[in-house]
Amino acid sequence: MERRIALPMTTEIADSLSIGDQVLLSGTVYTARDAAHERMCDQLAEGIPLPFDPKDAVIYYVGPSPAKPGQVIGSAGPTTSGRMDRWAPQMIALGARFMIGKGKRSPEVIEAIRKYHGIYFGAIGGAGALLSKHIVKSELIAYEDLGPEAIRKLTVKDFPVTVLIDCAGNDLYRLGRENYLAMRKQE
Amino acid sequence: MREIDVSRITDAIARMCISANLNLPKDVQEALLSARKNEDGTVAQEILDRIIENYRLAGKEQVPICQDTGMACVFLEVGQEVHLTGGSLYEAVHEGVRRGYVGGYLRKSVEVDPVRRGNTNDNTPAMITTDIVPGDRVRITVAPKGFGSENMSALKMLKPSQGLSGIKDFILETVENAGSNPCPPIIVGVGIGGNFDHAALLAKKALLRPADSHHADPFYASLEDELLQEINELGIGPQGFGGRTTALAVNIETLPTHIAGMPCAVNISCHVTRHETEVF
Repeated sequence: MERRIALPMTTEIADSLSIGDQVLLSGTVYTARDAAHERMCDQLAEGIPLPFDPKDAVIYYVGPSPAKPGQVIGSAGPTTSGRMDRWAPQMIALGARFMIGKGKRSPEVIEAIRKYHGIYFGAIGGAGALLSKHIVKSELIAYEDLGPEAIRKLTVKDFPVTVLIDCAGNDLYRLGRENYLAMRKQE
Repeated sequence: MREIDVSRITDAIARMCISANLNLPKDVQEALLSARKNEDGTVAQEILDRIIENYRLAGKEQVPICQDTGMACVFLEVGQEVHLTGGSLYEAVHEGVRRGYVGGYLRKSVEVDPVRRGNTNDNTPAMITTDIVPGDRVRITVAPKGFGSENMSALKMLKPSQGLSGIKDFILETVENAGSNPCPPIIVGVGIGGNFDHAALLAKKALLRPADSHHADPFYASLEDELLQEINELGIGPQGFGGRTTALAVNIETLPTHIAGMPCAVNISCHVTRHETEVF
């Protein structure tokens, strides 16, 4: 059963989510990959604010393909989140505690998620055509020179994600696999 | 001597870059459908359904299956009786990639310099591999390769004494370590033998083989089956959420090697393993 959630997300709702929950997100998310994270954190060190308000923000780790004429955006599935682990704890501490990506996270990121009541959501890697259907608006807001790695403000509608790491620090990658293997063993 | 103007190669490469990124090869489609039938995990079944829905949608609407439209890996088998005219062959290949990626609304994912970075903005250069073969034909394969899976690939210079079990352990360890990162279900390309560089190339070429094909040598063909079964007992599953389908195929390619070594390379590819071939 999928649960519909409107963004920005409240702490109350975040706390109510558990790993494996299927969620449909609607509202604003910001795109950022390695190059954008590095630049944002370098600029913060120089006293330059982030290109968006990080409070309760959702960061989607994606570098979309270009939109064809008439399209809002090209294909837009998640990239491997682990590459952003170096900067994610700082972003989470600043308020951007919700992330959409794919793949494992470091213990430091999991700890930051737990501490700040964040959520790490997973979208299906390699399903960029399907996921793009849930993006209704796309606006480039910073770092245009980074091309596919520029920061975009996206409006998503019923964007399908699964809770991978919840506020308690549970990790679906570990538990999902354990549960499956336990089910196999019982047969 | 048969003459081929390289502008024809440019046109073909541009066409193949686009087509390969929008249309999943039939063998991978069939492997996914058959994996869906055999999948016993409930979450895993849903994920496979979405993956299947995604490639169908991409084909129908002619949009990229995945936003990572890859580095353009181009394999050229050039007959030694062919005379290429009209300019540089490699420049013709790069131009084809440029036209395909810019004109086809594909993502430009190539950096000018590995350390100092900076996008080339046209996805060039292509990663070109050339083989000179008998005959008067040119066979071109374009295989866009994403880096979620490329990053999880590995090579090890195994010792001969480590034997078959050393090879199996290394392959399983590489898949285990990759986990959810390379977008499972994956296709595992393995190169055994040769030397350091040829082992890696063999692993890449193994990914060009159809998912349902086998090594010509029954010894390696059964090793492919055995490894596929063992990988699918790891429980990683589609997207790493748990399930039977961690890999769709294991393809092994081999070469003779040195008395002191047994190189083994594992090139992992995602469920969007793409390739197209044209022959001139």
